[in-house]
Amino acid sequence: MLRRRRFLQTTLAAAALAAARADAQQVERSPLIDTNVWLGRWPIRRLRLDDPGSLAGKLGQNGVTRAWASSLDGLLHKDIKAVNERLAHDCRQLPVFEPIGAINPMLPRWEADIAACAALKMRGIRLIPAYHGYKLDDPRFVEALRLATAQKLAVQLALVLEDARTQNPLMFAAPPDITPLPKALEAAPGARVMLLNWLRSMAGKPVLLALAGTNVVFDIAMLEGIAGIDATLEDMPLDRLCFGSYAPVFYHEAAKLKLQESDLSAAQLTAITHANAQRFLSA
Amino acid sequence: MRIWDLHTHFPTTGGATAEQRADKLIRIADRMGIERLCLYMGFPWSQDPAPEKFRAENDQVLSVLPKHADRLLGFVYLNPKHEDASLAELERCVANGPMVGVKLWVAQHCNTLEVERIVKRAHELKAVVFQHTWFKAGENYAGESTPSELAELAQRLDGKPIICGHTGGDWERGIRAIAAQKNVFADLAGSDPVAGYTEMAVRELGAERIIYGSDASGRSFSSQLAKVHGADIPDAAKRLIFAENLIRLLAPILREKGIKF
Repeated sequence: MLRRRRFLQTTLAAAALAAARADAQQVERSPLIDTNVWLGRWPIRRLRLDDPGSLAGKLGQNGVTRAWASSLDGLLHKDIKAVNERLAHDCRQLPVFEPIGAINPMLPRWEADIAACAALKMRGIRLIPAYHGYKLDDPRFVEALRLATAQKLAVQLALVLEDARTQNPLMFAAPPDITPLPKALEAAPGARVMLLNWLRSMAGKPVLLALAGTNVVFDIAMLEGIAGIDATLEDMPLDRLCFGSYAPVFYHEAAKLKLQESDLSAAQLTAITHANAQRFLSA
Repeated sequence: MRIWDLHTHFPTTGGATAEQRADKLIRIADRMGIERLCLYMGFPWSQDPAPEKFRAENDQVLSVLPKHADRLLGFVYLNPKHEDASLAELERCVANGPMVGVKLWVAQHCNTLEVERIVKRAHELKAVVFQHTWFKAGENYAGESTPSELAELAQRLDGKPIICGHTGGDWERGIRAIAAQKNVFADLAGSDPVAGYTEMAVRELGAERIIYGSDASGRSFSSQLAKVHGADIPDAAKRLIFAENLIRLLAPILREKGIKF
């Protein structure tokens, strides 16, 4: 009996591994859009892949065909126009990168930075409320959504850039409360919004369910828990989840392995690895 | 590459019973190529459990070990605030039971005499000892240990090994705190997969002192495996971290209990 059980366990494990490898191979052959990449230097640590060429090489090794990138300079720099011009230049040199301009609505004349992103032919902007010091019920946040939408720009909202428990206390950036987001979206019809680095623990289930009823999409970079994508899909429609790694701050392999850890069908892999992202940015 | 996971718990979802939860944990570990899992603490969790509570949690772990004898390794969860009861539980689960390690969490700071006595008895039994640690930017829990406190305890252990859980979470501080204390091992589990973690640990501690763990099911296996798979270190170092270091620590008690590995 024990031998039979061991045989079955071994056989099933081998079958599961073979299936996972087959899925992984399919991912290797398919487009892989990484919606959450950053160029430049993280303020508190040198990263091995903090030059664009090295990062592009790593992403290529890991099968990424397109990477939506903002500059980490956008966290603390005040000359945002220059930050985004450098980003656009770097992305022209390395076409795997799709430039997503950083916007800080707390700066004077921030509206011009959105227009500048459009003039640089960017297709999206990235907001970083924790580092720029505003809440999602701030009128300037809603105005940023409206202006971006008017310029046909998608909006990425980067929520948590570092675990609150490990941050330097002299530059602590509290995770933003996303509870006001559904109301803000009502005030900005047509806005295309993606949440980066969101945690399921950030808001109660009612908020997540409210967001699931909007067109907001989510990346997987900080999705935790075993088989986290499977668990998330129990509460969220498939068309809302996109691949995102938070490289080079995080090891890129973390996001890649999440595709293997959940028991995803070919259709689910297609949606998460590229179809949802393509639809979001092209809408 | 063999992978043994130092640090897992019952899934918070995926079954009403311990058996169902263990089955889920192993099913997903299979997808990730993980050969063995050290399992500790039951459900629901308790940070400062009374003896009847930690005994009940240990019973949950004990209940799933026979079915998965070739996959799961049980660690006994103790609360040093109840020293006599903890020592008795150590006898029940390790000396006279199938468990092979000890888990100490956040009830009591680890640089105290009661923890030292428990750890020394565990060492007599050849059990591997895992002590949770954090260096939090805010405040630690009232009884939560730091890596510095663990290094202090480790000085009193006659060179016998002890594992620094989470490497303090704030790993750049944690690695510094334990670097000089050669009998302290670093657990990679349970923090974000921040690039550079494993490289710094290898540089400062040596690959022989680092152990892969996930802290599943609260954490994904993926984010924690990535700390090793994605690190810019030699394959030989990855083999040490993924399995060989943990096997080396566990080997004496596994042999004594007749557990094949």
